[in-house]
Amino acid sequence: MAANPMYQFKVYRIGPEIKLGEVDISFTNASLFMVISSLAILIIFNLGAKKKSLIPDKIQLLAELSYSFVSKMISDTAGSKAKPYFSFIFSLFMFVLFCNMFGMIPYSFTVTSHIIVTFVLAAFIFVGVTIIGFTKHGLGYLKLFVPSGVPMVLLPLIVVIEIISYLSRPISLSVRLFANMMAGHTMMKVFGGFVISLGIVGGWLPLSFSVALTGLEILVAFLQAYVFAILTCIYLNDALNLHH
Amino acid sequence: MLKKIIFQTFSLSFLVLSSANSAESGGMPQLNPEFWFSQIVWLVLTFGILYIILSKLVLPKISDNLETRKSQILENIETAEKQREESEDKVKQFEKIILSSKVEAKNIFNEARKKVLNDINKKRIALEKDIDEEIATTEKEISKLKNGSEVKIRKIAIETSSELIKQLIGEEVNNSSISAIVEDRSRKNKEKQDGI
Repeated sequence: MAANPMYQFKVYRIGPEIKLGEVDISFTNASLFMVISSLAILIIFNLGAKKKSLIPDKIQLLAELSYSFVSKMISDTAGSKAKPYFSFIFSLFMFVLFCNMFGMIPYSFTVTSHIIVTFVLAAFIFVGVTIIGFTKHGLGYLKLFVPSGVPMVLLPLIVVIEIISYLSRPISLSVRLFANMMAGHTMMKVFGGFVISLGIVGGWLPLSFSVALTGLEILVAFLQAYVFAILTCIYLNDALNLHH
Repeated sequence: MLKKIIFQTFSLSFLVLSSANSAESGGMPQLNPEFWFSQIVWLVLTFGILYIILSKLVLPKISDNLETRKSQILENIETAEKQREESEDKVKQFEKIILSSKVEAKNIFNEARKKVLNDINKKRIALEKDIDEEIATTEKEISKLKNGSEVKIRKIAIETSSELIKQLIGEEVNNSSISAIVEDRSRKNKEKQDGI
């Protein structure tokens, strides 16, 4: 049972079954790690924001560096018009990052390794960006699908491709994060299983692999959160500054 | 790429294995819709609360902190700049003072030099005058003496020669002829002396 590398992704109920009408909304291990990640973010950033010294201490520096990191990322990719969405992108980046990082703790649960979670986030971003685009530019937002400088002959084809690529954004965004997290954790579990099955004699090789993979996975955990946030910024940029 | 391939082979093999071994796991738990709604609800709940607290309470504080630090640093830079300018002004003033005092010292030195030179000149002139006067008086005296001595010498010469002649010959000789001879001799002597 435990040797199955997919077992770590199993969602199970913690506490009593809660039903909202016909729908089961029980508190699960996934919910637990969402709550833990959110609480960790809130605690760290609250502590970092509370102190107002001119020369910051470690936790204040952490909070302020994260703030300027995200704000630089947004202003670099989406410009100054994206400032009202800073809080959302900051929360998104931190949430994904902390969920990924908490997933790196052994025996924990990785929230972002579930397609439904990443898909809801991506779909929300997609719908939100589309609404922003249409409210800012009206029907002119449809010009997004008509790149300038394309020969008339190719235009029907290009428009179809652009529409498909636009509609596939939520899928690519969500699957990218989900697949990366699941792949990494599965691989680590597999190598961990090899350590046990090969024993004291041959287990050292997969063990060293596991150690290297842990480092790689921590990098991936950060990188995927960053990619998720920066792609959100790019989509937002398309909606805010409609120029190809 | 490599990772994907490894992942696919492993996941596929384990999917096959798990479906063969146990019916309860049924492949990827992610595709089991049993807890999908629960996950969505909890995601919306936690992320919503996180977003609200961060955007309303935490992030404004951090941005305030950053702003105040920025303004404080700018202020400090400004005051530092001001102080630097002030110190530069002071250095300039100091240099000016040094320059003016140098000029003053030079002036004083020049004046003193001039004064001393003047004094020396005046004293020298006075001294020269004195010396000249003294020389003049002495020269006068000398010439007086000289003139007087010539007449006296002639007189003495005449007297002695007349005496000598009287004793030699035993008779009086006319004074005027003696004096003519003395005169002639003394002139010859003088010429001799001058000639030498």
